[in-house]
Amino acid sequence: MSNDAVANAGDTASHQGAKRHGPPVKRLMAPAVLFLMVWMIVPLAMTVYYAFENYNLMMPTMRGFAGLGNFEILLTDGTFWAALGHTLTLVMACLAITVSLGLVLALLFNKTFLGRGVARTLAISPFFVMPVVTGLLFKNMLLHPVYGIVSWAMRTLGFEPIDWFAHYPMFSVILMISWEWTPFALLILLTGLQSLPEDQIEAVRLDGASRLQEFRHIVIPHLGQVLYVVVMLESIFFLTSFAEIYATTSGGPGTATTNLPYYIYQNAFFQYDIGLSSAAAIAAVILANIFAFFLIRFVAGNLNAGGQR
Amino acid sequence: MAVVELKGVAKNYGGAHKNAKAANAVENFNLTTRDGEFIVLVGPSGCGKSTTMRMIAGLEANTDGEIRIDGRDVSQVAARDRDIAMVFQSYALYPHMTVYDNMAFALSLKKVPKPEIEQRVNDAASILDITHLLDRKPRALSGGQRQRVALGRAIVRDPQVFLMDEPLSNLDAMLRVDMRAEIIKLHRKLGVTTFYVTHDQTEAMTMGERIVVMRDGHIQQIDTPNALYHAPNNVFVAGFIGTPSMNFLKMTLGGDGKTLTGQTARMVASSERQSIEAHKGRDLMVGVRPEHLVLTTDEAAANLIKGEIDVVEPLGSVTMVQLEVDGHRITAQLEGDTSVRMGDAIMLTCDSARLHLFDAETEQALPRHEHRTETA
Amino acid sequence: MEQKSSLGLAVIGWLVAIVMFFPILWMVLTALKTEQSAFSMVPEFVFTPTLESFKTALSQNAGYWHYAFNSLFTSVMSTLIGLALAIPAAYAMAFYPSKRTDFTLVWMVSTKFIPAVGVLIPIFLVYKTLGLIDNNWGLIALFVGMNLPIMVWMVYSYFKDVPKDIVEAAEIDGASTLATMFRVILPLALPGLASTGLLALILAWNESFWSLTMADHNAATLAAFIASFKSAEGLFWAKMSAASVMTVAPIIVLGWFAQKQMVRGLTFGAVK
Repeated sequence: MSNDAVANAGDTASHQGAKRHGPPVKRLMAPAVLFLMVWMIVPLAMTVYYAFENYNLMMPTMRGFAGLGNFEILLTDGTFWAALGHTLTLVMACLAITVSLGLVLALLFNKTFLGRGVARTLAISPFFVMPVVTGLLFKNMLLHPVYGIVSWAMRTLGFEPIDWFAHYPMFSVILMISWEWTPFALLILLTGLQSLPEDQIEAVRLDGASRLQEFRHIVIPHLGQVLYVVVMLESIFFLTSFAEIYATTSGGPGTATTNLPYYIYQNAFFQYDIGLSSAAAIAAVILANIFAFFLIRFVAGNLNAGGQR
Repeated sequence: MAVVELKGVAKNYGGAHKNAKAANAVENFNLTTRDGEFIVLVGPSGCGKSTTMRMIAGLEANTDGEIRIDGRDVSQVAARDRDIAMVFQSYALYPHMTVYDNMAFALSLKKVPKPEIEQRVNDAASILDITHLLDRKPRALSGGQRQRVALGRAIVRDPQVFLMDEPLSNLDAMLRVDMRAEIIKLHRKLGVTTFYVTHDQTEAMTMGERIVVMRDGHIQQIDTPNALYHAPNNVFVAGFIGTPSMNFLKMTLGGDGKTLTGQTARMVASSERQSIEAHKGRDLMVGVRPEHLVLTTDEAAANLIKGEIDVVEPLGSVTMVQLEVDGHRITAQLEGDTSVRMGDAIMLTCDSARLHLFDAETEQALPRHEHRTETA
Repeated sequence: MEQKSSLGLAVIGWLVAIVMFFPILWMVLTALKTEQSAFSMVPEFVFTPTLESFKTALSQNAGYWHYAFNSLFTSVMSTLIGLALAIPAAYAMAFYPSKRTDFTLVWMVSTKFIPAVGVLIPIFLVYKTLGLIDNNWGLIALFVGMNLPIMVWMVYSYFKDVPKDIVEAAEIDGASTLATMFRVILPLALPGLASTGLLALILAWNESFWSLTMADHNAATLAAFIASFKSAEGLFWAKMSAASVMTVAPIIVLGWFAQKQMVRGLTFGAVK
């Protein structure tokens, strides 16, 4: 008996019979793995390397090992801390809005009513809008202090129009991003709701549960996993928001809407400070990993559960 | 058509497997079929019957022993080169192909000329009465029709061996009985060596020429349906074969090697048994089938079980009654018109020749001298 | 009673839909106006539609088609390359799993969570050296890197949906690995592969970070085209809207068809 067959006997699937004559598994995987290595892992390693280097494209002679110098500058830079704060504000606010609104809308669209399919399709459309378009659309046609339709509506109702992006820049950015991402939460939570087995609802109704109890004890636990996925995925995307800010406030006024990605972008492309922006990038990676850690654990857990199906 | 030989075949999932008990899925499986024999593998779920079949198919590698088809050791041969056909429990029809293409697939892979494929598919279709379905996709078929297509896909290949993995378990009861007969007829007609896996002992008894009873990866007995019924090797086989299940009573064998005494029950084992001497004065498991118990009023009968009926199930042709005797649940199959009620105290007796004796510890049968059993 | 409540639901549901969709609708309406009526203190809801703005948008800067071609080329090519890389990998992992399969899958997902800024600087510098800045292929490679984890995961989960029995039946029918793949698995997974491609296409088309940082003129995509209106702000809303509509409309329509698949892809199959 070949050792190979014995060694592979513990595998989940049972294609061992063919395994001895199977395809070159490694060669099938190699292209995808190598690609991700070259385009993701290697650059990430280089970022780490640059973060410890004195490296400014404007001062090519000044290169050399910087030790923790870049991190010292970073941690004493008020703008960095502001950017970090803005990033967290943005993530938290957008999460709160999209998840709660998405849940309410999901419950609404889980009911049957006339033209539900079309209404749902219209409601999720913002998710497919290119972020740059969203930015210009909100900045001009919707929220322009004079000619925007919101200003017109406020004047009509007797209020003074507001220059949203000048006076409430963070609010405006949050509004845009929430408009784009509420549909995502809606879509995923709705799919989650629809996978709730009918008999569970019927059973709990026969047990005499009120609608509120039904929601608390059946719907929310069932949605638990799905909510988790929505929160984690949205966090990752919100942490890296860029185009919406690029197209509207350019991080301003001042640094009012400068988040971490925008901070790094500015330091790299306008200050040419590779070392400093790499150090900031490391901070961004760490932040993303705090969220990703939990999500990936969930995905991995899901993988094992799926394997037993 | 071929003789299939399995010698010391085993499947070991290795120590890494979560369930230590399941690590040895099949152990020391030995069987040699006759050419064209219909073998049924039967046992409770997890007994290793499906694993055994999958090893014959080549879908799983045997970790020990050898599998020979027509004399050729196929242990190292891929499933696709073993020249076997298999009918899956789920039928596993290709959903994107028509019935015709499903049946023609294997032949087209072998580059059989088109006209011959057409001839063979049409022949198989007419045998199974599915000619009118050839243009349909599987999803447009009923369960029974899919079952026929799955059979068709197997027979069109004209393989050396058929493997059938619980092929009827997704059909409703009526259809299952019909298809059972049909598969037997088909087997007679084609004469291809067939392995048939089922967990249903009725199916096994009605279909198998020889039946392999398995439990926890081990063969318990290989025998004809009759032998399994009349001379089970051990308590497990005795309880597994036959419905309703055989009754068991723990009794003590007297010094004469014949009298058996329970708390209230008493029996006399008439015929001589092997190794009876060693069991004198010790506990035995005494088995008697429900259909062999009869009502009696003779309190002096040699074989006597007394008790109070707690369940009555009138089935028309027979009436099943259950009672608690000496801490054992006893079922008796009485005449259909017997008028008994719950709570009635009754006495049951049986023919001494109908008694089965098992060692209480090893659960192995004490076979009768005159009966020669074919063991694994 | 039941009738009444469902009417109430319909009203609320449609109200929500209209509020959410309104910005897009308003953009479409603005695109159909003249510049003067687009830029009016009292919005005009009733007007004579004109395609004038679309005509000017088509010739703005290097012309809409230049950017549209770049967007189309980069998203289609990155999707095709992504599929070409993802299918074999997913096939190997789904049908010939080993102890490392789970790890590899999770590792692939985890690369998706490296924020783009985390690799921006080295990629920018390397691309500069290799002359890949402002180059379609440079962008395509980045889009592939961005979408590959999602694509592998999606294709993997579609392959996993192919019943094991069917793969085994093909094996027993004498099909080689290649025959099993091309004659059984790929045809069965085709709808899944199509939706994977669709999702990758949408994500690549809408991608803005790399398009804005790695392309200047030659390889500029529609994201850059739209962003170029940023400076001309306050002047040409109708034209900007027309350009935006031409950028967004095809994707919204594709998105409508790919709703369900988006869920599966973006949640890495955790929600189906």
